[in-house]
Amino acid sequence: MADGNDGQRFDRLPATEADRTVDGRATRAEVIDLFADRFGIPPRIFDDYTFWEKGAGKIWIYGGDAPSPIEIEAIGMTCLRTRQEHWKPTTDFVQRFGTHATDCVIELDREQARRFASGEDQDLERWDGDWGYLIAAHEVAGQREPIGVGLYVHGELRSMVPKGRQRDLES
Amino acid sequence: MGGSPLIQSLPGASKPTNASHSNPEQMEPLERYRPIIDDFDAFLAACERPLGNAVRVNTIKATVERTLAALEREGIGYEQADWNSRVLDLETDSPGSTWTSFHGFTHGQEEVSAVPPVVLDPEPGERVWDCCAAPGGKATQIAALMDDRGTVVANDNNLGRISALRFNAERLGATSLAVTNADARNYSLERFEFDEFDRTLVDAPCSCEGTIRKNPDALDNWSEGHISSVAGIQKGIIRRAIQATREGGTVVYSTCTFAPEENEAIVQHALDTESCRVVDFDLALEHSPGLTAWEDDEFDSSLEKAARIYPHQNDTGGFFVAKLEVTA
Ligand SMILES: C[S@@+](CC[C@H](N)C(=O)[O-])C[C@H]1O[C@@H](n2cnc3c(N)ncnc32)[C@H](O)[C@@H]1O
Repeated sequence: MADGNDGQRFDRLPATEADRTVDGRATRAEVIDLFADRFGIPPRIFDDYTFWEKGAGKIWIYGGDAPSPIEIEAIGMTCLRTRQEHWKPTTDFVQRFGTHATDCVIELDREQARRFASGEDQDLERWDGDWGYLIAAHEVAGQREPIGVGLYVHGELRSMVPKGRQRDLES
Repeated sequence: MGGSPLIQSLPGASKPTNASHSNPEQMEPLERYRPIIDDFDAFLAACERPLGNAVRVNTIKATVERTLAALEREGIGYEQADWNSRVLDLETDSPGSTWTSFHGFTHGQEEVSAVPPVVLDPEPGERVWDCCAAPGGKATQIAALMDDRGTVVANDNNLGRISALRFNAERLGATSLAVTNADARNYSLERFEFDEFDRTLVDAPCSCEGTIRKNPDALDNWSEGHISSVAGIQKGIIRRAIQATREGGTVVYSTCTFAPEENEAIVQHALDTESCRVVDFDLALEHSPGLTAWEDDEFDSSLEKAARIYPHQNDTGGFFVAKLEVTA
């Protein structure tokens, strides 16, 4: 394909800009920096993982062995959507790795958490941190547990939980 | 193996023990197993009872302790299986609509279906092939047993079922899974950098007789013809599984059916055509040994090391599991 991104094919992300051969492709360093700068997830968490792109902008995180490129159905899990102004982490990634986050985590009470998981947007005036993508979390058995990704703008928290993952839960 | 059921059953609690949900005529195909099953009437009675709601704790996302605490906070009763602390029977009608499920702490999976990965016993860092993997209950359990470190190649030839597998893998946070869509019978390892696996699970397509408690219509299209055609596929898959596994590596063959044509006869075919032997394994669930004869066929005496798990033994579904060591 013209942009070097084949929909059926996974390509390992280049380590840094100097290694980049496909225009517009994110680098491993950029991905790890984003998780560190925005959410405070320590870069060492990703030492044993590789990052891959399938299609334009969909980034996957993988812990196993594979040559690049590789044509398969899935490699690890989707973690990030790039090639748009604000890079957007996936709900499943945030659930898996968001426990390591220290920044841009918004804690919800029971009722807010219930609404968020069901896919509802809600007014939340009290957030005084950055706007944009946040990790929504709540307390589960004495510990903070990430629920998914939310988009915070103009006093409103929009649930980014994908349709198929939304559930109506008791609060 | 002791003779007592190792799963505690609370009378009237989570498993409706009296309600029968299928009628006796539907059980007719199972009559052929009367000669090989001890207490056949208890077996039939168990087959007519629906199953409880079993889930497996996904230790990729949370410890068993934390999961139990989360269930308690949600007010959901549970019972832990004696043989495996990660297997729970939940007292809820919708185990998929709980916070623990939403967070991926639990995954709906029948109790006996958690046996093959435990018998496979994979270790962190290994390369494992789950050659018939969709919808992924066992593949994600294998990843969890490896602490999600290593390579688990989850393959299935059915693209529709692969989308369910991918959904489950992401919800459960399995980063060690690589998903492929191919026929396991002539599977090529060319797409990877390695040329053999340490362990392989063959959770074969089968006639599913042992799922009768979950799917009351499981036996509706039962026929000997169907059994022999699926047996042909099973033979092709088990052979390729052994070829793709390194010498000294492990292959586990499992089905959720009782038919010896799909169980012992398939392992016998593997013994006849590939380099492997049947090995022992510990299983703290009540079970019966594999058969050494069925109708006109005789099987190698090592097939006694395989396990037949019948529904009345532990109040579960039915399963067959054999463990093989690759010898060349
Ligand atoms: C018993 S199910 C597997 C269940 C799965 N192991 C789990 O735990 O979720 C058998 C699977 O084998 C697949 N299958 C059937 N024939 C196959 C073949 N020739 N190659 C690969 N997969 C096959 C079916 O699509 C089906 O998903």
